[in-house]
Amino acid sequence: MAKRIDVSGLSAFYGTHKAIDDISMTVEPRSVTAFIGPSGCGKSTFLRTLNRMHEVTPGGRVEGKVLLDDENLYGTGVDPVAVRRTVGMVFQRPNPFPTMSIFDNVAAGLRLNGRYKKSELTEIVEKSLQGANLWNEVKDRLNKPGSGLSGGQQQRLCIARAIAVEPQVLLMDEPCSALDPISTLAIEDLIGELKERFTIVIVTHNMQQAARVSDRTAFFNLAAVGQPGKLIEIDDTDRIFSNPSVQATEDYISGRFG
Amino acid sequence: MSHALQDQRPAPAHKSAAPARLTRGGLPRWAPAGIAALSIALGCGIGAVAGLASKIQWGLIASILFVVITYTASAVVENRRQAKDRIATSLVWVSFVLAVIPLLSLIWITVSRGLKAFSADFLTHSMNGVTSFEPGGGVYHALLGTIEQVALAALIAAPIGLLTAVYLVEYGKGKLAKAVTFFVDVMTGIPSIVAGLFILTTWNLALGFGPSGFAGAMALSILMMPVVVRSTEEMLKLVPNELREAALALGVPKWRVILKVVLPTAIGGIATGLMLAVARIAGETAPIMLLVFGTQLINGNPFEGAQSSLPLYIWEQYKVGSDASYDRAWAAALVLIAFVMILNLVARGIARWKAPKTGR
Repeated sequence: MAKRIDVSGLSAFYGTHKAIDDISMTVEPRSVTAFIGPSGCGKSTFLRTLNRMHEVTPGGRVEGKVLLDDENLYGTGVDPVAVRRTVGMVFQRPNPFPTMSIFDNVAAGLRLNGRYKKSELTEIVEKSLQGANLWNEVKDRLNKPGSGLSGGQQQRLCIARAIAVEPQVLLMDEPCSALDPISTLAIEDLIGELKERFTIVIVTHNMQQAARVSDRTAFFNLAAVGQPGKLIEIDDTDRIFSNPSVQATEDYISGRFG
Repeated sequence: MSHALQDQRPAPAHKSAAPARLTRGGLPRWAPAGIAALSIALGCGIGAVAGLASKIQWGLIASILFVVITYTASAVVENRRQAKDRIATSLVWVSFVLAVIPLLSLIWITVSRGLKAFSADFLTHSMNGVTSFEPGGGVYHALLGTIEQVALAALIAAPIGLLTAVYLVEYGKGKLAKAVTFFVDVMTGIPSIVAGLFILTTWNLALGFGPSGFAGAMALSILMMPVVVRSTEEMLKLVPNELREAALALGVPKWRVILKVVLPTAIGGIATGLMLAVARIAGETAPIMLLVFGTQLINGNPFEGAQSSLPLYIWEQYKVGSDASYDRAWAAALVLIAFVMILNLVARGIARWKAPKTGR
């Protein structure tokens, strides 16, 4: 199921402004990779280039290569819709579809992509909600609107929605930043379970979170405001938090900077 | 360290903005109502004593008195800031009343005069064989014409307007979108008679078709289209971008995102906008006069032959100038207002039914 991501020489632009510059890294399958760094350093932009969501922003443009196993996402003839089916995404703020029930929200990715039998859908929805640790809380009100759930439940609903289409990779853009510590813990546990099946990349501002959930950590930084963000280093999470090889990383994680 | 040093210095003496006491004198809660009653009484008194004939002048005196007395009372008992607050509030109230009075009196006059000729017979009969001077007859042919013409116009204008709005919000960028927006704005300002003349020269004179409900509907659709585009555009812009991104990130093609996520989220507002556009064209007279021609007979076929419509019927009856025809005109006006109001209620119903649900 899970796939390896191989990025080489990737730069992303908003119009003429270069947001990230020449990033190369490898993300191993069935692992959790965390991106940390100050605001505006291009973590989210980089994350969005991994499933071609960056180009949805007006003026968004990408140079370089992203290999998913051995296929270049930015090669000629690649269908961005197919890419996004393979690489799922969870956003910073929970965004369930307001017109749909809990069931329809989870089934949305499948229903909007093709025909499924009701029984198939029921099975997938139950599996996905269980996968997102939400099943027990919502099984009696699957037909109620998804926007009636609490923030933490909504975010888990969005995770269930993302894993229902069985992607190979799951990108998470600060999935816990709008949540309380208990919901955050629930989602962190969930990430630990999901990495058995998916390759997970998570952007976070919470360094304890990066230390808790990730196998590898990448530190991004920018030289000055208005300059493009750069990848400073990527290494095993233990190394990054105990003995990083670059001084800037140590300054950032010890709070002396940024 | 430096903080501790600073703290030991005496705070610089300056006049505090905080009031010495937190309580203050206040007007009682019934004050606005009391002042309103007082100023109405005074306004009527002054008007009667000065011998002003127009009740409008009485009302204006009363409303000016209301604002002035409120300000003075508040400035004396409370303070300047409170007085300013109260003057703003009372101006809002006065404007509200001034805006509502014409509306209520319009409804009152239409209902009171319209009910004279209004009956079940009025709704179910045409003017066939009724001379304009005698009572009787009805509005059925005109109501039928209005419904058919408006429905046809909506059938033409709603899809085009909806798709234009979707293009402008979801796809349009660069010069083409700007040009479309510009021409929609220009279309909003087209006088209805010009739309009528346009159809008259192309459809009737150049192509040689006779007057029909369909010709009128085409002119009405020209008037309706920009309204639909504008209102739909605003509604689509209100749909949060996050929802589009969420759907795109699930690997849903863009056209399906629009069809299944964006439009359903905005459908309540879109329906309201459509109904308002329909209400706007239901009262159009000029293009109908030119293109539908008017008849006293029932013609259920909008594609063949002259039809009537409610605004046209009102105009015809008023032109006759007899008591019976005046009554019929007012009754038809009542029917037209009721028609538009029912459409509005339907739109609100749809909006409420389809609105994104928040309940648990």
